[in-house]
Amino acid sequence: MKYLEEKVMQFLMIGSTLVIVGSLFFIFIVTLYRGGGTIIRQPGIILAAPGPRYLLGGGGGFGHAILGSLAMAIPATLLSSLLAILIAVYLQPDYSPPRVSGMIRSFLDILWGTPSIVYGIFVLTVLVFFHQRGSVMAGIIALTFLELPIITRYIDESLTAAPRDLKEIAYSMGLTRLEVFRILLKYSASGLVAGILIGLGRALGDAASVIFTTGTASTIPKGLFSSATALPVIIFQQANSFYPSVRDHAYAAGVFLITLILALNLFSRFLQQKISRYRIQESK
Amino acid sequence: MIIPPDRLGRRLAKDRLGVNIMAGATLLVFLAFLSFVVLLIVKSRLIVFRYSLPELLLSSRWDPVNHTFGFFPSILGTFIVTLLSMAIAIPVSLLTAIYISEYLPKRTGKYLSSFIDVLAGIPSVVFGLCMLLVFVPLVAELAQRWFGIETTGMCILTAAITLSIMVFPIIVSLAVESLQALPREMRETSLSLGSTRWQMVKKVLLKGAGPGIISAILLGFGRALGETMAVAMVIGSRNTLPDSLFSAGQTLPSLIVSSFGEMMSVPEDQSALVFVALVLFLLVTVTNVSAKTVNNRLRKKWRY
Amino acid sequence: MIKTRNLNIEYHSRSKNGVLALKNISLDIPKNKITVIMGPSGCGKTTFLKSLNRLHSINNGVKVTGRVLIGDEDIYHPRHLLPELRRKVGLISQKPVPLPASIFENVAYGLRIHNHISRKEIQKTVQESLQRTHLWEEVKSRLDEPAADLSLGQLQRLSIARAIAVNPRVLLCDEITSALDPISSEKVEHLLLSIKEDYTIVLVSHILRQVKRLADYVIFMFFGEVVEHGEARQMFDSPQNQVTREYIKGAIG
Repeated sequence: MKYLEEKVMQFLMIGSTLVIVGSLFFIFIVTLYRGGGTIIRQPGIILAAPGPRYLLGGGGGFGHAILGSLAMAIPATLLSSLLAILIAVYLQPDYSPPRVSGMIRSFLDILWGTPSIVYGIFVLTVLVFFHQRGSVMAGIIALTFLELPIITRYIDESLTAAPRDLKEIAYSMGLTRLEVFRILLKYSASGLVAGILIGLGRALGDAASVIFTTGTASTIPKGLFSSATALPVIIFQQANSFYPSVRDHAYAAGVFLITLILALNLFSRFLQQKISRYRIQESK
Repeated sequence: MIIPPDRLGRRLAKDRLGVNIMAGATLLVFLAFLSFVVLLIVKSRLIVFRYSLPELLLSSRWDPVNHTFGFFPSILGTFIVTLLSMAIAIPVSLLTAIYISEYLPKRTGKYLSSFIDVLAGIPSVVFGLCMLLVFVPLVAELAQRWFGIETTGMCILTAAITLSIMVFPIIVSLAVESLQALPREMRETSLSLGSTRWQMVKKVLLKGAGPGIISAILLGFGRALGETMAVAMVIGSRNTLPDSLFSAGQTLPSLIVSSFGEMMSVPEDQSALVFVALVLFLLVTVTNVSAKTVNNRLRKKWRY
Repeated sequence: MIKTRNLNIEYHSRSKNGVLALKNISLDIPKNKITVIMGPSGCGKTTFLKSLNRLHSINNGVKVTGRVLIGDEDIYHPRHLLPELRRKVGLISQKPVPLPASIFENVAYGLRIHNHISRKEIQKTVQESLQRTHLWEEVKSRLDEPAADLSLGQLQRLSIARAIAVNPRVLLCDEITSALDPISSEKVEHLLLSIKEDYTIVLVSHILRQVKRLADYVIFMFFGEVVEHGEARQMFDSPQNQVTREYIKGAIG
């Protein structure tokens, strides 16, 4: 009977929802439980560099990885934000014809969907071609490609959502396109910042794009062309270590990372509420 | 507001310069990406010419030291893990999306949606950590107890479960969006004719939101194909054909990551890895492009 | 045949708490006649209409108090199964929306939901419904084509066919001609007149002339209250209430 079907399906639906919500809680609780303890007991590992026998259970922390992550993610975010603004504005109908903007958006979709490990290999082949070793610079380039489609999409959406009347009035006053953009900037500013934060979070959390270019550096990065490692990379490398203390550090790093990224995401979401129209969707 | 003519000239020049810079930036990014892809192709030539394509793709022996590169176990592993994870993710995500869109009050639904989206922001290494800590021993234990199979727990099944959790938020958010785009009257019409809510969903809404939902599924599939770190942490990295869901295996992305260390000194090995990356890139891009095309084509055909 | 007693409907939302959309509506709607609810926009006409088939239950924040009796049964009594109730009280909305399916399937949709009907029965009923709504000749050669291909006027007639296919007792029509051009509107109005003997039709309209053309019985609503109600001819010839007179003259709304 159809009423039975209704009841059964409702039961299944609630079950599915619980599964998904449960997985989220699962991740939080496990990371917090396992990693939180370590951080509370040894807060210093966040700041410390690894000691000489770190990977064999010796002393030290993962401060170098945090620095490495920041050293790569922040410049990458700046670079990709700059490019993103330029590209996103160019996508608007007052700057480019629809066919061109259509092609650019398709290109951005391809960038969006490319797995981060492919970016890692991209940069690796360039490095090998020039007989270089892993470097911070390489990581920055890979992360820039990773973040670019994300940030561009956020800016694009907030520009499209800007009130059309405002644009029309501004143009009717005889303003040039750039001048109109400066006016619109106020409306799209929060979308811009929201996108940058999300991009930064993504860059901090991604291991696949930087794992080749950083090698197994265990020192604090000294310059653009020195090698460095990133937080997610050491998590990956140490998670299955034979030594329990090394594993503990991996979990501690996990807590640190997830807290950082969640903070960025939450703040970004908060900023997005201030946009008048709908939220940014993950993909169209 | 009359602007003196020479100011106008300068303003227009600035405008044109600005637009040119923007177009230039776009072109720059495009060319950089294009050259990366070309570089991948060039680098892959070595291994593709030295060994025939069928041999690479269909052989199952993986022994780089002895010049044998059989990618088949990784290809097979990729498809098994991805398809299995989609088999789990699709029903769970769709049911959840329907529940959020059609059964929950609007505000609760919005909060729940946002909450689920947080899942999308969690880095994949953290997923790997959690699965390593909880599911790997769990699977090992259950396999022993229920099936009498010995396994470390780092196997295809665990990888599939991991992937499905990572894919949930993608399908859910897109499916919810597609459902909510349908006009209110459709629901009213169906209910007014005396359907139950589930009948309305099954017979009307799913058809109406079909293109969007299928596109969501394809995008989730593309994501699952490309996922590297979490899978690499739980799949066991064995380059042989899997005997069962409980055997360790390999996917194309995890192959790249796990073989990397030993392999980068020899040009032939480098070429092999680059080739894998190229194949992966093509697979994912094709999937994502078809997601878009399917959405557009079906939308025109179903007229919704 | 439809009676409401002390019907109150309140909307609850974050911004407005307890806005009374319908105030104490008590009236009787005669069987198998066209009753038109007239009044300016936004005065609760659609809200009232939707309370007659409990469609408000799909929205949160709508509180309904009072009783609505259809054929002497209080439809808000918890023992009633909504799908069954709604089959007997059909709703046709303002904007004609085809279900994503063929023309045939649109009309057959309601039949298929309620099971126990053989394929022959379905075909027969679909044909009859389409004939009654004067659509049969126009669509009989393309029953399997998507309903979305039809014009708005045809779609609205299709919606009526879809509704009568499940044999309801009441038809609720929410401004069903307002999205249509004059010629299609006329066709739909003629259609209603031709089927009114078999169904109790409650029609919402804000077009005075349409009310005059169609109504047997009129209910005039203004800001959620019933100002006046009665036989159509009587209402228009000699309205009792000042507000009614103003409205009919066209001075307000």
